[in-house]
Parts: sequence; structure tokens; C-alpha cells
Amino acid sequence: MEYTFTQAEVQEIQKHVAKYPDRHSAIMPALWIAQEKFGWLSADAIKLVADTLDVPYARVYGVATFYTMYLKQDCPPNLIEVCTCFTCGECGGKERMAFLKDYLQTNEKGRSADGQFWIREAECLGACDTAPVGQISNRRFVHNLTDEKLRETIERLRRGEVLSFEAIPLNDQTPLG
Amino acid sequence: MKKYYLCGDQNTIFDNMENWRDYKKVLLPDIPGLHNIDVYERNGGYEALRDVFTSGKWDSKKVIDEVKAANIRGRGGAGFNAGLKWSFMPPKKDGLPRYLACNGDESEPGTCKDRRIFEYNPHLFIEGAIIACYAMEMDAAYVYIRGEYADWIDMMQAAVDQAYQRGFIGENILGSGRTIHMYVHKGAGAYICGEETSLMESLEGKRPYPRSKPPFPAQYGLWGKPTTINNIETLAHVPLVIKNGAKWWSSIGAPTHPGPFLYGISGHVNRPGVYEYPSGMLLTDLIYNVAGGIRNGKKLKAVVPGGSSVPILRADQLEGITMDADSLRTVGTFVGTAGMCILDEDTDIVKFLIRVSKFYDHESCGQCTPCREGTGWFVKILKRIDAGMGEMKDLDLLLELCDTMEGRTVCALADAAAWPVRNTVIRFRDEFEKKIKRSGVLINS
Ligand SMILES: Cc1cc2nc3c(=O)[nH]c(=O)nc-3n(C[C@H](O)[C@H](O)[C@H](O)COP(=O)(O)O)c2cc1C
Ligand code: SF4
Ligand code: FES
Repeated sequence: MEYTFTQAEVQEIQKHVAKYPDRHSAIMPALWIAQEKFGWLSADAIKLVADTLDVPYARVYGVATFYTMYLKQDCPPNLIEVCTCFTCGECGGKERMAFLKDYLQTNEKGRSADGQFWIREAECLGACDTAPVGQISNRRFVHNLTDEKLRETIERLRRGEVLSFEAIPLNDQTPLG
Repeated sequence: MKKYYLCGDQNTIFDNMENWRDYKKVLLPDIPGLHNIDVYERNGGYEALRDVFTSGKWDSKKVIDEVKAANIRGRGGAGFNAGLKWSFMPPKKDGLPRYLACNGDESEPGTCKDRRIFEYNPHLFIEGAIIACYAMEMDAAYVYIRGEYADWIDMMQAAVDQAYQRGFIGENILGSGRTIHMYVHKGAGAYICGEETSLMESLEGKRPYPRSKPPFPAQYGLWGKPTTINNIETLAHVPLVIKNGAKWWSSIGAPTHPGPFLYGISGHVNRPGVYEYPSGMLLTDLIYNVAGGIRNGKKLKAVVPGGSSVPILRADQLEGITMDADSLRTVGTFVGTAGMCILDEDTDIVKFLIRVSKFYDHESCGQCTPCREGTGWFVKILKRIDAGMGEMKDLDLLLELCDTMEGRTVCALADAAAWPVRNTVIRFRDEFEKKIKRSGVLINS
């Protein structure tokens, strides 16, 4: 695979550079752009980011390896994360995780046999009021998870559907006690 | 017609907590489409900003004094008076830029309120942040949002773009001669980035290791320049204070910890959610009336009132306790982020604590030995106890470990990890002992 950014991508990165007094600050946004494009952050992708920003490779590598959302391995296309932390852990998150392992027949690295999915436990996703919560491929949240809802979500991902945003209304509509 | 600011009304002083059911929401009012700038402006939005920038009535000092008088206690966890923090900024020097860092990392387990602001009322936050920049004579605001909130980051960016188009952000705001920019920065999954100096390192494109303080951010912040950091919700209160006055704002709720609160109520309740009410609500009202009581007719066992790091309360400690610093202090806990986790009688407290400790072990940046090692030991010892292989002296060992961590590290993550352990072991000691005694029986027989 050839590791280059298109003219448009370089321009997008330059727009990020312009937001900060120091171009090193654009490392995170540039890594996001690289990950969107290549799927994960290989050494080549990291080098491309470093060269594009004209910053040392080691600096970019250090940032890329600190954060859990930057992927340092080639991964199956669909990532399903289930929060098992704090509230979710007490409201079915652990059970949903066990269901996923079984349903997708994942191996010890959390990957499904068909190579389409991988799963991992998430720390608190900031949506504890809809526990248990899942997140698909670093974007869409799936709230109030049940096994049924996970099964449906997986089927939709298998069909190549793009999941829509699930808006949680402001509560307070029901009468107070 | 009465003039409402959003749903709030400066003529209605809300100071009778008995009437909490009549409280009118101001942070997250039920106005459809409020995230849209047209709807926001139609409901009085950006009037506070317009007043500050164009009326000539407000200089820096007056804004800061008003915010200080309101006593907006930081909603990011520490509860420090926002206006007082603003007053720590050194006098402006020409040619030396200054920054506002807006903390939307929202990663403390149990906390889920800033997300609602991004989704339902982003302009209230933007308006507050720009007023803060005006007051502290800043050049730009950086809005740091956790990477998991990808969808909400897009919503925030859309709102920022709209505000730029209307001239509320950018060059020469409303012809005032003041230029203030606002940039949204996407995190990438690390709880530590919510710690103020870690957030700055992250923004600077470094590994986000917290800095030792002093120097404090007001002296040496983002890119070494004077910086103030505030939570998203904290800043969202600012337009309400400017528009309706500090007196109005601070009359809401508990006098020493005033203002509207976003209570994030999660766990074993019938109606979990993010609810806006005055500060100082009775915990029992929040649990039984607002959140509809415990699920499946179960009994309450425990409440963690303000995010995973604050000391847990037993059900028998709640009577008469309200959600404000003074009242919670009497039972040895804090408001934190007002993200409340409600646990029912079936909860295995030891297992619950293991998961909380795993979180801190996972999120420790590893810079300080007591934190890096201590968080790992918590998990190991607790798992041993849970597996029926613990000994009584393990409980003392846990408490001693807490002693070695609290107040001895670069940032407060070590304290945040130790408080739940210390307080859960002390307050639910019988549950730990039960697991240990069971193991004793096994060994002796
Ligand atoms: C480990 C750690 C994590 C934190 N995470 C957050 C966070 O996610 N959001 C937040 O607003 N404050 C967080 N804080 C508090 C910030 O350091 C800082 O006090 C706060 O953003 C100041 O804003 P405020 O005064 O408006 O509350 C955290 C602190 C620590 C020690
Ligand atoms: S206390 Fe923990 S998280 Fe904070 S700087 Fe030290 S090692 Fe890192
Ligand atoms: S604990 Fe799962 S989203 Fe907060």
C-alpha cells in the first residue's frame, strides 16, 4: 500500500495546523485523518503524519501509542465496544460482553471467525444514564443495550448499513413522583 | 408578556426548595431545536454576549466580579468558584496571547451531562466561553472533547460554525474591536486528559502527562501562556449570570453551593437520565421522585453521588442529605460532577469496587510510582478477596496503600483511585469480611 495524503487531505491537515500557535498540536487531528483513511496507524502511516507536519517520528509515535482510540494494529472493519465500567458494569454491560463473545465466536484477541468484527470492553463512555452502552467503530453509540439490540446491530453492520444517530430525548416528560 | 431568558425569568427568584417541582429549566430547557442558532437567538440567546460586547456597561473587571459574586462552583469536579479562578489571571501584557481551555473530556465514570449540552444547548456554552474570553482578555478558546463523543464533536463544530457566521466568534466581534477564536479539539480516548494540565499537554500534541504545579495554568498554561480552564457546564452558566444577575443565579438552590445543577442519575433506578434541578436537592427526592425509585421493587444499597471517585454512601446515610458541598461533607463525600450512581440491594460491592479500581489502573498515566503501582495492587488484592483467598490483613493493606497514594503524586488521579477504595472498605467492611471469612472456613476445614 502506498502511504500518501491527497492534496485535499493535506489541505485539511493544514487547516488544523492553522488553529494552533504550534504545528505539533495538529498531530492528533492528523492522526485521526490518517486513521480514517488507512483504517489503522501503521508505522508507515505514522511516518506519513510526521513528514506531512514536519515533526519527529518519535513524537508522533509517542502520541499515537498513548490513546486507546488510535488503532495500532490492522483490525477487522467493525469494532464493537461495550462499556463494562461503573454503572454499565452493574446494569448488564458484563453480560452483554459475554453474549458478544459467544455470538460472534471471538478468539482470545476478540476477533470474530469471519474476520468482520472485533470486540473490546470500554471504559465509561459518558452515557451512563442509558447503561449499558456500546460504541461502534469509534463513532455511533448504541444505548440501553440488550442482546436483541446487539444482534440487530450486528445484522445491520453485516448488510453494510450505516447506523443512524440514536438521539436520547431530554427526560422529564414523565410525571414526577 | 414577561421577558424570559430561555426558560429562566429574572423576576422569579427560586429560593424555596420545597417547590422544586416548579423549577423552570434554564440550562437544558424543553425548547425544540434549541441547538439551532435561530431558535437560540429567538429565545434570548446571545443577548448576554451582545450586552457585554456592545453596551459599554461591561468591562473585564465587572464581568469577573459578577461571575465571582454568583459563586458558580466548578462543575468539573473540584467545585472552585469560577469567577475567583478567573481573577487569578495576571494582568494582560501586550503581545502575549492568553487562552481559555474548555474541558469537555467528561470521562469520570458516572458523568454524562456535558454531552447533553453539546447536543441540546451548545450555544449557551459557546456564549459563556466567549464572555469568559472577553473578561479575561483572551485570544482563543480551545474546546477539548473526548474522542468517543465523535457525533457530539460534529454537533459542537456545527454550532461553532454558525456562531462564526453570525459574528459572535471571530474577528472584531459585533464591531467591538475584540477578536476571539474558538477551536474544537478531538481527544482520542484517555481519561487522564480531563486533568487540567494533562489536557494542555494533549492539546500541545504531546503525550498527556500531567504537569507538576506550581506553576499554575494562570501563569504557565497552554503553550506556556496564561490560561484558565473550566468545565463545559461551568461556562454554560455564565450567560445566565450575566443576563439575569448574580443575585438571581445564586438564589437558586443551596446558598453556599448555588445554581442549577445537571444531575446525571444512573444505575438501578426506574428512570435514569440527566435532570436539571436546583443544587441542594435531597438525595432521596432525586432517587425516589425524580428518577422514579429503585427498579424491580428492590431496596437501595448505596449511592455514589458525584462520579466514581467520590466516597460512596450507604443507604442509611442519606436521610436529610442534600446535593451540595456542605451537606455532603457531613457524610464524608463530595458533589464531584453530580453524576450519581444508584445501586440496589443485589449489588456485590466488592465486585463493583474491583471494576472501579480497574478503571483507574487502566487510566493511570504511569508517571508516578505510587499511582502506577498502587492502582494495580488495588485490583490484585481486591480480586484475591473476591476469589475467596483474602485475609483480614488485606483490608489493612488496602488502607495503607491509600495512605501511600493520597496527596503524594503529580495529579489527583491517585487520590481519585484511593478514595473509593478507602471509603468502600470502611463503609461496607462487613461485605469484604464476609468474603474473607468464607475463605477462612474453606482453608480450615
Ligand atoms: C484525573 C482527573 C480527571 C478529570 N477529568 C475531568 C473531566 O473529564 N472533565 C472536567 O471538566 N474536569 C475534569 N477534571 C477536573 C479538571 O482538572 C479541572 O479541575 C476542571 O476542568 C476545572 O473546571 P471547573 O473549575 O469549571 O470545574 C479532572 C481532574 C482529574 C484529577
Ligand atoms: S497521579 Fe497517576 S495519573 Fe496522575 S500524573 Fe501521577 S501517575 Fe499519572
Ligand atoms: S459507566 Fe458505561 S457509559 Fe458510563
